[in-house]
Amino acid sequence: MQNDRRKGGMRGSPDAALLLLADSRLPAGGHAHSGGAEEAVRLGTITGPEDLARFLRGRLATAGLVSAALAAAACELASAGHDEQAAAHDEQTGGRDGQSDDPAGRWRQLDAEADARTASPAQREASRVQGRLLIRSARRIWPSPVLDLLAKAVPNGVHHPIALGAAAASAGCDPYQSALAAAYNAVTGPATAAVRLLGLDPVTVHRLLADLAPALNDAAHAACASLIDDVVMEPGAADPFGPYGTANGDAKGSTRGPGWPALPGHAAPALDLLAEGHHSNTMKLFVS
Amino acid sequence: MTTPLLSPAPPSPAERAAAVTARAVIATRASGGHTRLETLRSEPPLTVRQTGPGLVHLVSTGAGPLGGDRLTLVIDVAPGTALEVRSVASTLVLPGPSPADSLMMIDAHVGAGASLRFTPEPTVLAAGCSHRMAVRLSLAEDATVFWREEIVFGRHGERPGRCRARFDATVAGRPLLRQELVVGHPEVEGSPAVYGDARCVGSTLVAGPAWDAAHDSKRERRATIGAGWAALPLAGPGVLASALAQDTVELRARLGRAEQAAAVPPER
Amino acid sequence: MGANHDDHHDAADPHGRALRLGIGGPVGSGKTALVAALCRSLGPSMRLGVVTNDIYTTEDAEFLRRAGVLDPERILAVQTGCCPHTAIRDDIAANIDAVETLEERFGPLDLVIVESGGDNLTATFSRGLADRQIFVLDVSGGDKVPRKGGPGVTTADLLVINKTDLAPLVGADLTVMSRDAAAVREGRPVLFTSIREDRSAHSVAEWVTSLVGSWHHQNDHTHDHSAPTNA
Ligand SMILES: Nc1nc2c(ncn2[C@@H]2O[C@H](COP(=O)(O)OP(=O)(O)OP(=O)(O)O)[C@@H](O)[C@H]2O)c(=O)[nH]1
Ligand SMILES: [Mg+2]
Repeated sequence: MQNDRRKGGMRGSPDAALLLLADSRLPAGGHAHSGGAEEAVRLGTITGPEDLARFLRGRLATAGLVSAALAAAACELASAGHDEQAAAHDEQTGGRDGQSDDPAGRWRQLDAEADARTASPAQREASRVQGRLLIRSARRIWPSPVLDLLAKAVPNGVHHPIALGAAAASAGCDPYQSALAAAYNAVTGPATAAVRLLGLDPVTVHRLLADLAPALNDAAHAACASLIDDVVMEPGAADPFGPYGTANGDAKGSTRGPGWPALPGHAAPALDLLAEGHHSNTMKLFVS
Repeated sequence: MTTPLLSPAPPSPAERAAAVTARAVIATRASGGHTRLETLRSEPPLTVRQTGPGLVHLVSTGAGPLGGDRLTLVIDVAPGTALEVRSVASTLVLPGPSPADSLMMIDAHVGAGASLRFTPEPTVLAAGCSHRMAVRLSLAEDATVFWREEIVFGRHGERPGRCRARFDATVAGRPLLRQELVVGHPEVEGSPAVYGDARCVGSTLVAGPAWDAAHDSKRERRATIGAGWAALPLAGPGVLASALAQDTVELRARLGRAEQAAAVPPER
Repeated sequence: MGANHDDHHDAADPHGRALRLGIGGPVGSGKTALVAALCRSLGPSMRLGVVTNDIYTTEDAEFLRRAGVLDPERILAVQTGCCPHTAIRDDIAANIDAVETLEERFGPLDLVIVESGGDNLTATFSRGLADRQIFVLDVSGGDKVPRKGGPGVTTADLLVINKTDLAPLVGADLTVMSRDAAAVREGRPVLFTSIREDRSAHSVAEWVTSLVGSWHHQNDHTHDHSAPTNA
């Protein structure tokens, strides 16, 4: 995965593509989302650089990690040929759900994995809106059949990290780069929002982001590791279900490895509450 | 597989020189329109006792889980039956004789037309513990569930140990809710994005065919929120009640309000 | 640059879709009042949609919905995260999404009006979002404003100078404003309005009507409404 970074993409300069993709100037609607920061500022749980730093670190370790993993999975799926996609799908599910030769179904399945990791309806909505906007822009910036397919497969908007992973693949990036872009996105949006809302010194806030750089790398690596069968399953998590399986024969995956179901699902209950509080607030500047 | 109800003498913590591996099973069977307990198998320190019709209590026999323990609870609710599982007291997770994580795994299946209510007392993460929980809950298409999980970050005035609690719920194999709560790790501690200044977290999954409203992903069903709690309609047929609080009393009150809001099925 | 009226090749494929008209201008100059006036005068003869870009919440959208000038469902609000000009110029994705949502739900439409959040004199619409744009000033800022210029004043397809009823009160000289505007606008039209007195903004409505007419004349030779406007 990481090792054939140059090979995996459809275009030649993945590192430059990554910069374009992660840049806040990418015209895909991201500037209007604060990722819960606006509501946290309103409630007084973010007042300055110290609590902003804790907010960003926690957001990265939860929502950021989940986004990174979904983006990496989407990039991997987008980079695989359609035949390969169908084959991988067959192997993983035993072809049980009748979607095995349907790449669109595969995208919907990954989208459902994102749904299951996003309990808050306000967050699902914000994620889908951003996903829809990104797909629309990406289809013009990095046109590719996979983006066309994805737009058709989930017409109301696929979850943002999945759109990001697919766009990244179309731009020539690999899963690690996709994960990194997703992790970066998860903290830069709220950081910028806090600068605007609290009038913080932008240099101080960029210093916080610089301090997070190692954690961003770690999140992207963890996200990619979670794509590889069994590596993600730390001891103990893997084997409870190995010997017993589940009563309905769901245990099929236990011998082959977990696949998408085992991707990180780190929850942030406070972000859920913030997202819903923000949604019901009538005096707000940001969409989310 | 079927073992008669065991009533082991509770070992004291002092007797717990070594980590234990234990597996308990609760399984129901439909019998003439009633729910019978087909299997009730205990293995210390995991003890399960029938305390009423379709009602089972988890009885903690001895301290723990302690570091190195590997405890598994299997729950199988047969089609058309109803089961309720509670616990007598809260679970205190402690560091143990082994530096390894303590593990608590629950593997639950709820069959067609069956219902499960799982409402144990909170899990308290004592200082120094390193705990992992994993719940795998698989629901048949028209099964109903009420599943509560409460985690307390340390005993009174104590910093919590570490914990990762993974929860995976599927309906007919489709993912409904996958979440992992991480407690006591430096990235999340004191983060206004994760738990804020709360000392405990609770979440209850309420799910079943009644919550399967026609779903339009462009217009999500709206959440109900209050101070420190929310009832979050999921993309699939269920609602997650979620609460953060300073102590267990406040947690139960908040989660209770969220559960009430969650229990109202959506209009069709 | 914002609105160069004779070069619109950047806008997404215009065939078979509504004319997208941007209405920009400083805070409080009367943009929402103008949108309401246009809905009043054009509503009976055209299929309309409106997108507002509010600073806080959905104030303008709510005002328009309450005004009862248009089916409330045809008014969508976009949030701009503290940066109204970003949403109409640098990152227009959310506005494009709103416009396309309206066309999807109610299309085909003749005209979609996008009102920008009140901003400064430099804020203009991207050609990727608006096919044509109106810049609304009012007289209360004084008669020096057109002379000071800025891309909105100089390049908008139509400059509207509103609140002429207040001119005597604020001592603004309309002939000075007219002369200064003409000097920087190279012949592009300027209209004076008092929407308080003329609630249908007749002169502006007339200008928009002829615009929509020639738009459809130019672009309707293919009637392929199913073509993705922005693919
Ligand atoms: N006297 C007078 N007042 C007007 C006229 N047109 C609008 N107004 C008033 O000016 C105020 C601002 O008008 P809006 O239409 O809300 O202005 P806007 O440009 O949409 O403002 P923002 O969206 O907040 O930037 C309102 O109180 C209007 O009633 C006019 O011709 N004369
Ligand atoms: Mg307005």
